[in-house]
Parts: sequence; structure tokens; C-alpha cells
Amino acid sequence: MEQVFYTLQDFMVHTKGITYLIMGGLLVALPLFWLFLTGRDEKNKTF
Amino acid sequence: MALQNTIKNRLMNNTIIKHPLINKIEWTPVNVVTAIILVMGFILTVARFFGGLGTVTNLDNNNPWGVWIGFDLMCGVALAAGGYVTSSACYIFGLKRYHSAVRPAILTAFLGYALVVFALNYDVGRPWRLPYPVFYSQGTSSLLFEVGLCVFLYLNVLFIEFTPAAFEWLGLKKIRNFVVGLTMLLTIFGVVLSTLHQSSLGALFLIAPSKLHPLWYSGYLPVYFFISSMFAGMSMVIFEGSLAHKYLHDKMDDTHLSESDGVVLGFSKAASFVMVGYLGIKIIGLAIDNNWHYLFTGWGAWFLFELVGFVAVPAFMYAVAARDKNVKLARIASVFGVLGIVLNRLNISLVAFNWQLPSAQRYFPSWMEIATSVFIVTLGIVVYRLITAYMPVFYEHPDYKHDEDSNGNDVEHHSKKAH
Repeated sequence: MEQVFYTLQDFMVHTKGITYLIMGGLLVALPLFWLFLTGRDEKNKTF
Repeated sequence: MALQNTIKNRLMNNTIIKHPLINKIEWTPVNVVTAIILVMGFILTVARFFGGLGTVTNLDNNNPWGVWIGFDLMCGVALAAGGYVTSSACYIFGLKRYHSAVRPAILTAFLGYALVVFALNYDVGRPWRLPYPVFYSQGTSSLLFEVGLCVFLYLNVLFIEFTPAAFEWLGLKKIRNFVVGLTMLLTIFGVVLSTLHQSSLGALFLIAPSKLHPLWYSGYLPVYFFISSMFAGMSMVIFEGSLAHKYLHDKMDDTHLSESDGVVLGFSKAASFVMVGYLGIKIIGLAIDNNWHYLFTGWGAWFLFELVGFVAVPAFMYAVAARDKNVKLARIASVFGVLGIVLNRLNISLVAFNWQLPSAQRYFPSWMEIATSVFIVTLGIVVYRLITAYMPVFYEHPDYKHDEDSNGNDVEHHSKKAH
């Protein structure tokens, strides 16, 4: 379903809005994926 | 004069003359097929350079770049990224446990780039004019000039980075030690050059927004090409390592064998995380251009096949392999990773390029173009086999064990767990 945009402003508001939401999702998803990736690693003492 | 004598003596006294590869070629089925491919390649080379592009290719004005650029150049450069990834991991990030993987990766990268330049000659023709863009007529506003300059410089860097193996083989200690001292400088130079030209290869397509399908076209193409080259390189190091373990196992010393699992699992973890990041920026690319509706077309299915089947799936396989310390799974994932990069580069340069043209005007390579590409890859494998048969690539030369790296630190050759 293609949405019709009448102005560049409308288009930018829409695409940027979606992009910001995806970026927020990635900010949450990537650390969770990192935890999954390293979940079984031996804990290294850093002190 | 002394150097000449050393090389001459080395060649005369070396096992090279007695080596079974030179002395007696065993006509195994693999060798027979290799010989046929090489002879066929030679004939096609003559046909191309004496008959012109039209004799051997299906290229035309709509499709001036065919499989020689799409596969040999685009895929060759991406898959040769293992060189800069491995050497920067070892020398810049200090992950010395990957040290034994550096030489095979540098050799693969050097041969990869050498064959890219070799293959480029088939496409552009007139090989004697190859130095022109760099030395005679620089088109400084052109991305192709930037790519050409970087590939020219990086090929030299890779050659110098690989020479210590040749010098060790020839017994030239002084010059070998001098070149080893340049390691850090060459590695930094290599990373800078790779960053530049890997991304520029993607940027080449920015000029054709009307020709490349919107699902593949994006303002972020240079970023996509650079990020994807990282996991392409890592996948290639794992993939090539698994082939080497199968066919060149006898050439490997204990250090190489003990470190190899750590290399595979460490690279799996890194490749997995980079792939997920790449997946993220691909989705952002879709969102910023509002291309969602294309996903529900045939092109969308093909795009998702590439992105899910050859990025998301291998990323997950790599992650599980790294978690479970499952080397076999990582090796399987590396095949997906390598195929995924080949698919991506072919999609951008050939499949989704000129997507709006009627099918009669679309490009499909002639069998001679494909055979030439097969010839070039085979040539690379033969040279790789020859070099690894003689030079210390998978093992350390006994005279240089417990060597110092460019920082003056004692390079640890003992196995360490990668995690």
C-alpha cells in the first residue's frame, strides 16, 4: 500500500519518523544480541 | 651481486627442483580438470585480446559492465578484505592470538587483488595502458580514479606485507627483518586504503539511481559496501581456513593448528555482530527512502532472499557457533557468508541493474565470459597451492620462531583460548 505524499516536508516527516523508531529499536536490539552472543563466554576479570 | 648469488644458490639447492609438483605432475582428475581450464583460459585470452570484446562477451552499450566486473572485480575485492581485517585485528587491535591467520589471509588478499587487476585487463583491454590513470592522466574527480589508485597502492602494500614469507624461504634475513619492521605502518596504510576503495566501489553506483532497483540503490551504498566487506573478509578467512585444513593439513605446524579454532570462533563472533549491524542499516536504508512497498513484489522476494538467507541466517549461525564453540557450524556459516557477498555484488552490478529494460535487452554472460572467470579463479588457486607448497605460510620458519613484531613486542606463538 503506497502512501501518497504531497510535499517533501510530509515525506521527510514520515520517513524520518519511521527511521528514528527503527534506530530506537536497534539501540535496544543490538545490546541484547551482544548479550546473546557473549552469554556463554568466560568472565574475564578486568580489575 | 651477492643477492643474485644467494637467490641463485637458493633456487639451485632448494627442494624446488626435486619437488614432486615440478618434477612429476600427477595426473589426478583434479589436475586434469585444472589443466583443461588453464588451456581453455589461454585460448579465450587470445580470442579476447585479438578478437575484441564482441568475440567473447555479451556486453553492449546498455550493459558495459558484465560478469568480469560484477564477479571478478566486485566479489574479488570484497572477498580479499580478509587481509586488512586479519592484519588489523592482530597488529592494530593487538589480538595476537590471530597471528597465525595473518599470513594465509595476506596471501589470499594479495592473490585476490592481483587477480582483480589481471581480470580488469580483460574488461578494459590494452594492458599497456593500465598505468595511465595513475601516472599519466589522473581523473581526480572520478570515483574510478580513486578506486584505481587505491587498488594500485594496496596491491603494492599487500605484496610488501607478503614478502617476509618469500624472504624467509630464500634465506634473506636482513631484508626480511627490515620489512617485518614496517608491519605496523603497512597495516595502517592497508586499512586506510581498504576503507577508501571498498566504499568507493559501492559509491560507483550512486551515479545510476534510475538504473539500479530502488531496493538495492541507496545513498548509503558506500557504507553498505564497506561494512559488508568486513564480514566478507572474515567469512573468507574461515572458509579458506577450512579448505586449507582439508587439503593442506600437512603444511601446518602445531601453532597454526592450535590457534585455528580460536581464529574461527573469534571471527565468527565478530562477523555475527557486524552482520547484524549491517542488517540494521539495510533496514534503515529501506525506511529512509520509503521503499517498503517494493518488498511485496518479485524483486522484494529476491531482496529478502539475499538479506534473510545470506545475512540474517549466517549471522545467527555464527552467533550460535560462537556461543557453543561449534567450529563446524561456523565453517558452514562461512559458506553462506561468502555466497551472500557474491550474491549481493552480482545483484547490484548485474541482476538489479537495468531492471527496467525489456528482457530481450537484459544482459546474461556468454559461456566464454564465465569460462574466463573460472580460468582466473583457477589460476589463483594454482598459484596459492604453489606458494603454500614452498613458502612458510601455514607454519613458522624454524629460524624465526619467537620473533618480534613491529612494536618490539615478543609475538606469542603459544595457543591461547580465543575467549
